[in-house]
Amino acid sequence: MSLVDLFSTAAIGAGVFFFLAGTVGLLRFPDALSRLHALTKADNLGLGLVVLGLLPRSTSLLAALKLVAIWALVQLAGATAAQLVGRAVRRKGSAA
Amino acid sequence: MSVLKALDIGLAFLVFAVAAWTIFARGAFAATVGYVVYGLLLSLVWIRLFAVDVALTEAAIGSGVTGVLLIGAAARLRGAASAAGEKSLSGAPRLLAASLCILVVLALAAVVLLFPDQGPSLAPQSMRHLPETGLGNPVTAVLIAYRAFDTMLEKVVLVLAVVGVWSLAADRCWGGAPGEPRAERPEPTLAFLAQVLAPLGILIGIHIFWVGADEPGGAFQGGAILAAMWIIVVMARLTELPQTSAAWLRLALVAGPLVFLIAGVAGAIFAGSFFAYPPGLAKPVILFIETFMVLSIAVALPMLVAGPPRREPKVDGSR
Repeated sequence: MSLVDLFSTAAIGAGVFFFLAGTVGLLRFPDALSRLHALTKADNLGLGLVVLGLLPRSTSLLAALKLVAIWALVQLAGATAAQLVGRAVRRKGSAA
Repeated sequence: MSVLKALDIGLAFLVFAVAAWTIFARGAFAATVGYVVYGLLLSLVWIRLFAVDVALTEAAIGSGVTGVLLIGAAARLRGAASAAGEKSLSGAPRLLAASLCILVVLALAAVVLLFPDQGPSLAPQSMRHLPETGLGNPVTAVLIAYRAFDTMLEKVVLVLAVVGVWSLAADRCWGGAPGEPRAERPEPTLAFLAQVLAPLGILIGIHIFWVGADEPGGAFQGGAILAAMWIIVVMARLTELPQTSAAWLRLALVAGPLVFLIAGVAGAIFAGSFFAYPPGLAKPVILFIETFMVLSIAVALPMLVAGPPRREPKVDGSR
């Protein structure tokens, strides 16, 4: 197992852990806002670490840039969706 | 059992579970969310089957645009369903529906199980003639060259769907604009997303259409991404949709099928048969047709999502 393999395994493993933690939070947290909080951590940090682990394995610079772009786009979409859901929850009161 | 095989089996079970959850979900909104997740899982299945073109289409159309359409329908039905009350069917029709469903499932299962082990395949022929089209992606060759007529008719269906949606408009709104008007102060979060995402999305949409000639991608996927960008900008109320009576809008809608049909007829005159492309010129002709198809798809899908016109038409731009 080379150093690159070790790095990838560690980073992707850490990413998977954040996804797992986010999912547990999504299922277990009591109200919508804290569930949202758990979810955004999984999106940003989890996917970020998975992408980081995949970067040294990409075949070309373009492929690596595409991976980073995917992470950035998911960040943008996730953050916006979280804002919108959060706002909807606040408007409705914390009934959900 | 290898890890990959275990993942595949897990994915298959997940698809079944989400499908069952979608069917049994109580609310229309929950069922729609289940359906979108189901579509995304299905596109993973297509990737595992090495059908990246199908996976892209499933994610963009099956999950994305259809998901938006269904959420809109669920929101519109919310008032109606509670007004009508829950009315369940009596025993006999219910039994009939159940037995019909079981019959269809059994027939489908029988067909799948009765497939010969080595299925009949046209893949070798389609790969052999690929150089004549000048394309590198056999899926695009199938869509635009080998079965061009089917693809052209699919685009006609899309136009007919838009006509169908428009004809639901009230008489006084006929020719007016669908969707919400442009807001004085748009919702800041959504406006930010639309402003950042739309330029990138337009670039990605055109890129996916362009690489479709040689790699996975193509007119439908690219057009769907462009359509999504328009939908997002309209949703953020940064802009409003044009009046359905606008000549450029109607022209853009029919441009795809029209150019396709003209190319087909031109093939009959210059290349010997209906929808034949002149040798050596096949790729430029195909890309030319696809460009107009992208335009039509990018215009038709937002019109389907926006629904029938709800505002009275403006006369000569002044109210």
